[in-house]
Amino acid sequence: MGHGPAVKLGKDNAAEYKTKLGVKMFFAYTVIYAIFVAICVNSPTTMESNVMGTTLAVTYGFGLIVVAIIQALIYNHFCTKAENEMNK
Amino acid sequence: MIYNPSPFAIVLFVAFVLFVLGLSFYLARRASSAEGYYAAGGTIHWAVNGIAFAGDYLSAASFLGICGMIATAGYDGFLYSIGYLAGWIVALFLVAEPMKRLGKYTFTDALDSKFNSKGIQLAAAVSTLVVSIFYLIPQMVGAGVLVTPLLGLPHWVGVTIVGIVVTLIVATAGMSSTTYVQFFKGGLLLVCSTILVVCVLNRGLETSPSHGGTSEYHKFQNLTATVSGNGLAVSDGYTLEGNLADNTYGDKIKFVKLQKDGLTSFWKMTQTAAGFELEETLSVIKKADGTKLYNGAPKEEGKFFPIGHAKEIIMNGESVTKTGSVGPWEYLGLVEKSTMILWGKQFISLGDDTAYVYYQKPTPGKRVLRPGLKFKIDNASFTQKLNFVSLMLALFCGTASLPHILIRYYTVPSQSAARKSTIVAIAAIGFFYILTLFMGVGAMTNGVINITDNNMSAPLVALSFGVGLFALISSLAFATVLGTVSGLIVAAAGAVAHDLMDNFLGMGMDDTKKVMAGKIASVVVGVIAIYLGIVFEGMNVSFLVGWAFAVAASANLPAILMLLFWKGTTAKGIAGSIWVGIIGSLGIIMTSPSMYSRYGLDPATAMHSLDNPGIISIPLAIIALVIISKMTASDNEGLAE
Repeated sequence: MGHGPAVKLGKDNAAEYKTKLGVKMFFAYTVIYAIFVAICVNSPTTMESNVMGTTLAVTYGFGLIVVAIIQALIYNHFCTKAENEMNK
Repeated sequence: MIYNPSPFAIVLFVAFVLFVLGLSFYLARRASSAEGYYAAGGTIHWAVNGIAFAGDYLSAASFLGICGMIATAGYDGFLYSIGYLAGWIVALFLVAEPMKRLGKYTFTDALDSKFNSKGIQLAAAVSTLVVSIFYLIPQMVGAGVLVTPLLGLPHWVGVTIVGIVVTLIVATAGMSSTTYVQFFKGGLLLVCSTILVVCVLNRGLETSPSHGGTSEYHKFQNLTATVSGNGLAVSDGYTLEGNLADNTYGDKIKFVKLQKDGLTSFWKMTQTAAGFELEETLSVIKKADGTKLYNGAPKEEGKFFPIGHAKEIIMNGESVTKTGSVGPWEYLGLVEKSTMILWGKQFISLGDDTAYVYYQKPTPGKRVLRPGLKFKIDNASFTQKLNFVSLMLALFCGTASLPHILIRYYTVPSQSAARKSTIVAIAAIGFFYILTLFMGVGAMTNGVINITDNNMSAPLVALSFGVGLFALISSLAFATVLGTVSGLIVAAAGAVAHDLMDNFLGMGMDDTKKVMAGKIASVVVGVIAIYLGIVFEGMNVSFLVGWAFAVAASANLPAILMLLFWKGTTAKGIAGSIWVGIIGSLGIIMTSPSMYSRYGLDPATAMHSLDNPGIISIPLAIIALVIISKMTASDNEGLAE
């Protein structure tokens, strides 16, 4: 059988911490995304509102992309810190 | 013809393809082992892998499909950018590290790591094959679209070229080559797209786009007409053949068929006190013998012109004809305050012949920059709203279920490298997706759109800045297709050779035979992809990718997430969930209005009105997994944690 990782991985004591953090951050982003979809479906004209010089749809859309990048960086910061501390 | 092939573009394109092939052959020596072929030996640096992720992901759908959809339907195209990027959050927070921890070559390995189940091996391998082939269709369609203006070749030739080149690449070197090709291509795509957006902003908006004074935009005519007996007296030498009633078409919007200089044209009619005002349209007549007339003449005569302009531009409270150079945020602000011309499409039956008429639809900028022009959400029925939510759900869940994305986690040496490469991918892809809005709106307002096929909008914006940028962008887009198709074929080949032949059938192949089986599978999948790429010509590639995402999200994601987060998951539950996901999503797609249209049937007679299956098939797959796992809970007794 060919199961198991392609490269040998050491034990990761931070795995549980990272999983819990990932789930929390996933739910946080999902809420922001769900609100976006809900506004689009239930009140599409609200998305025409002028926010920061353009439509709410554009501002919110760019915001979703930027928030994803910021969340990713925050997640990496805490995961790396946990790995350094727990895998000594 | 809207565009003509340029020798410079051809030379650059051929050089690019040869370079990619050369790189593949050079890297082929790394693929002597199964690890090398399927997972590049697990030695790729996370930063390289991250950009390669972007290269894999920024497929024809992103570059061609999204920009094309934005160009013709405004913000609705940008919804794909938002959804595709959001999907990476699922990949990063829930899937990246566990996938790296559990798998070896394919995502089937990860699903099966705890169970060693024949049921999972078969279901997951079939799922990988189905999703890969679904995702291959839009890539091949994109390839066909690109070669027409680049090389002056028909659609099927483009599809065949991509099929052969990619099959050569994959059958030669596998994942190593694919990774470096993707890295190279992903990086260049980001740089060139940035240059294109800077050019678009530097030009600004114009009501009559002249491409910096290098070309003249078509001036749309308006005629006046008065009713004369049963006929119509029309200005500017146009005549009506026969009576008015026999030459008027449409319900809510009326069109009249006129003749001038032996050419047939259609005009949008608006009733006035004196008679009618007639507005020029574009038309494609399909004759009973299959020949097509573009604005009344064969395509080669060049009567069919590119379109895309702003009707009115409001700058600092005043109406202007051009804005000059503007910043990115100011650009979107100007679009929001101005009025854009979008295009409606009307089907007309002319006895044995048929026609599509494309007419102007002045649309406020703030309406263009919010959802609802393509997807019905204003005053929408419950099903129409469900369709929208279903699409957004599939885009969100699809990324982390795509086999060619998942296998990239096996090319890096550690879990933290898997995480970091995902973050690099999110940053690169997020940046690119912000650019798509500018490229799409740039196409909408620069008079470059071929209204019969919007997939080429982004490269054609580049053409408006010179053939050099066009050649570079088109070659890159073609390389984009090459790279994505390579990744998909590696994933599909892995499913056949590793999951089905080696694991499921227990053929006990050594490394050399595994690699050989993978290469043979690559060729077979390549041939299937070529065929489907030809059959699906003309459909928006992003729309097609939406389907691939829905199938992937239904078949794979419930199984992956439940395995990771619910201890009660059993092998039979996973296998059952995958089958329900595949059959459910495919069943809904095959009986959808869009497919009825593809079959040549009336979409209104489709079995249901749902075009996006995710909202039904994803929950169905989860329910199936839970029920079957509960029923087979005893199977997990004695299973190692």
